[in-house]
Amino acid sequence: MAVQKLTIAKALNDSLRKALETDPKVLIMGEDVGKLGGVFRITDGLQKDFGEERVIDTPLAESGIVGTAIGLALRGYRPVVEIQFDGFVFPAYDQIVTQLAKMHARSLGKIKMPVVIRIPYAGGIGAVEHHSESPETLFAHVPGLKVVSPSNASDAYWMLQQAILSDDPVIFFEPKRRYWDKGEVDVEAIPDALHGSRVAREGTDITLAAYGPMVKVCLEAAAAAAEEGKSVEVVDLRSMSPIDFDGLQASVERTRRLVVVHEAPVFLGVGSEIAARITERCFYHLEAPVLRVGGFHAPYPPARLEDEYLPGLDRVLDAVDRSLAY
Amino acid sequence: MTVESTAARKPRRSSGTKRAAGAAGARKTAAATAQPHDAEPQLVQLLTPEGERVEVADNPDIAEFAPFVADITTDDLRDLYRDMVLTRRFDGEATALQRQGELGLWASLLGQEAAQIGSGRALRDDDYVFPTYREHGVAWCRGVDPTNLLGMFRGVNHGGWDPKINNFHLYTIVIGSQTLHATGYAMGVAKDGADSAVIAYFGDGASSQGDVAEAFTFSAVYNSPVVFFCQNNQWAISEPTERQMRVPLYQRAQGFGFPGVRVDGNDVLACLAVTRWALERARRGEGPTLVEAFTYRMGAHTTSDDPTKYRRDEETAAWEAKDPILRLKAHLLATDGADEAFFEQLEVESETLGKRVREVVRAMPDPDTMAIFENVYADGHALVDEERAQFAAYLASFEGGE
Repeated sequence: MAVQKLTIAKALNDSLRKALETDPKVLIMGEDVGKLGGVFRITDGLQKDFGEERVIDTPLAESGIVGTAIGLALRGYRPVVEIQFDGFVFPAYDQIVTQLAKMHARSLGKIKMPVVIRIPYAGGIGAVEHHSESPETLFAHVPGLKVVSPSNASDAYWMLQQAILSDDPVIFFEPKRRYWDKGEVDVEAIPDALHGSRVAREGTDITLAAYGPMVKVCLEAAAAAAEEGKSVEVVDLRSMSPIDFDGLQASVERTRRLVVVHEAPVFLGVGSEIAARITERCFYHLEAPVLRVGGFHAPYPPARLEDEYLPGLDRVLDAVDRSLAY
Repeated sequence: MTVESTAARKPRRSSGTKRAAGAAGARKTAAATAQPHDAEPQLVQLLTPEGERVEVADNPDIAEFAPFVADITTDDLRDLYRDMVLTRRFDGEATALQRQGELGLWASLLGQEAAQIGSGRALRDDDYVFPTYREHGVAWCRGVDPTNLLGMFRGVNHGGWDPKINNFHLYTIVIGSQTLHATGYAMGVAKDGADSAVIAYFGDGASSQGDVAEAFTFSAVYNSPVVFFCQNNQWAISEPTERQMRVPLYQRAQGFGFPGVRVDGNDVLACLAVTRWALERARRGEGPTLVEAFTYRMGAHTTSDDPTKYRRDEETAAWEAKDPILRLKAHLLATDGADEAFFEQLEVESETLGKRVREVVRAMPDPDTMAIFENVYADGHALVDEERAQFAAYLASFEGGE
């Protein structure tokens, strides 16, 4: 049966399995990805079926994981590496930024870097520090990298395979608190373009733009707003580099209002870029300034405070009200 | 009799498989072997600074390595000499071009010719090289046109050669990063079932980087066919080796479980022998090796620094006496391995190379402005497309104006 109901975690697992089956050059690398199947079990069973040469447990060294993946890509492999948690990517940040992102450009196109870096990211699971962060801006700011995040099972399945097929390095952010959300996956469908946005819910009064874990919050906010007679459109950006500004612009030209929602700190975040660009593109359409809802300029708080820190229904609806009040 | 008779005798090797020291023993070893900067090191040497061959009978510790150059003929020695002379000439020309404003920067290899030519000539065509930014002699051995090395220093590109044609990766400026690339590449070589090897170059300064330690870890646990070739040229810009390590560098390999060897980096023959030995180990599936080529950077780190601010003239003078080129020349002369005609012809060849380098650099065109937007991504990127179009329109707005 082509359409299955899967959790995001299972969809990712199926996607990796498909990629391993399809291309012998695809490798999975990371800490605990083998026997354990990853701390979130995204690689569950893959080493058993594809062997230790394809699904590689690595030393606990993130720079080493990414640096050797670069070398393997130079040799013709397509490594898919797992960074165990968002906050652990920084030891590898040097390799990602100074090496992985620039290899294609500095070789004048002679070298391709088909490396996918999977990062379970963002909060909401009651974790300790360094386990709940949203560092997507730090990667989206780097030329040479592509940055995406699925919000549902179908995108999880398809976007990961598209990322693996890409000849560019892709930072693949997985919304860890959505791993267990179920959704329909049509494994025979023709998927949306990896970097295109998608209207997740149509509306006429205002656009909410989000990606990854915040799409669900925005859909819930739209449903709540509907009960108050407000028609809220939700755009799932799906990609943070590049950003589908054409798609977003089309939505904003219809609704004339935009609120961007993400978990990452608002300051200099993806929302800031969207506010600037959409203001340039839609200056004469906008009825209100573009508003942003997101994290504070503070370290991600202890878990007992994360419900206050993370944008929830009320903060999103408050921003909707403020926009509509202009 | 040789001047360095005490220094050259005992090659030092460590092997994680052969020795197992307890914690207390390890502490003792570390303290005992920490060498003051001026101490004469013990290293593998096949050719003394006076140009005399060291025989196995005189030094049984080189027995393991000497056979790896048993096939080297007088013709081969002349070729090695030629490589070193031409590399030095190219390097000198580049330094001069920087002084003339033709290059923005130059990282000279002066003094390190033997380490680079010896190791570079040990390689097979199907081996793969990951250099840092000073491996002009290795590039020469790989057949990379030396003028292609100058583009990045002139500021017209970040590389200038196709790494896959010569199996010589682009220069890497962030120190130590490429040791991981080499390790990953070597992991791939092993997966492919190929019998080629990989060599990663880095310096004593880079040995302090975490990436180098991680490369040692990965290559050891995956038993990857990679040779780590450290040119310990004693200085990381202005930081001496005692700011990088307390224990001789080659001994570090022991802690990772593979052999480390210290070789006289100014002895082209010893560098050739030890690198061949290490590459053979890799090919046989015996995993990584650390080679520490003990040498000296005679010039500045790059043309931007001033070594007179941080090191003593006496030190430099002492190393001048160990010059790798003079050493081989003395040997060739003493053994009638080359006549005056050879040296004269090489001088002509050297002049020709220098002239070509000057001409090519001065004729090197600036890249097209729109190259800024080229190859940022393999599969394209909407933002790059948008900015390219905007900038092109901006530039076009000047055309026909005024």
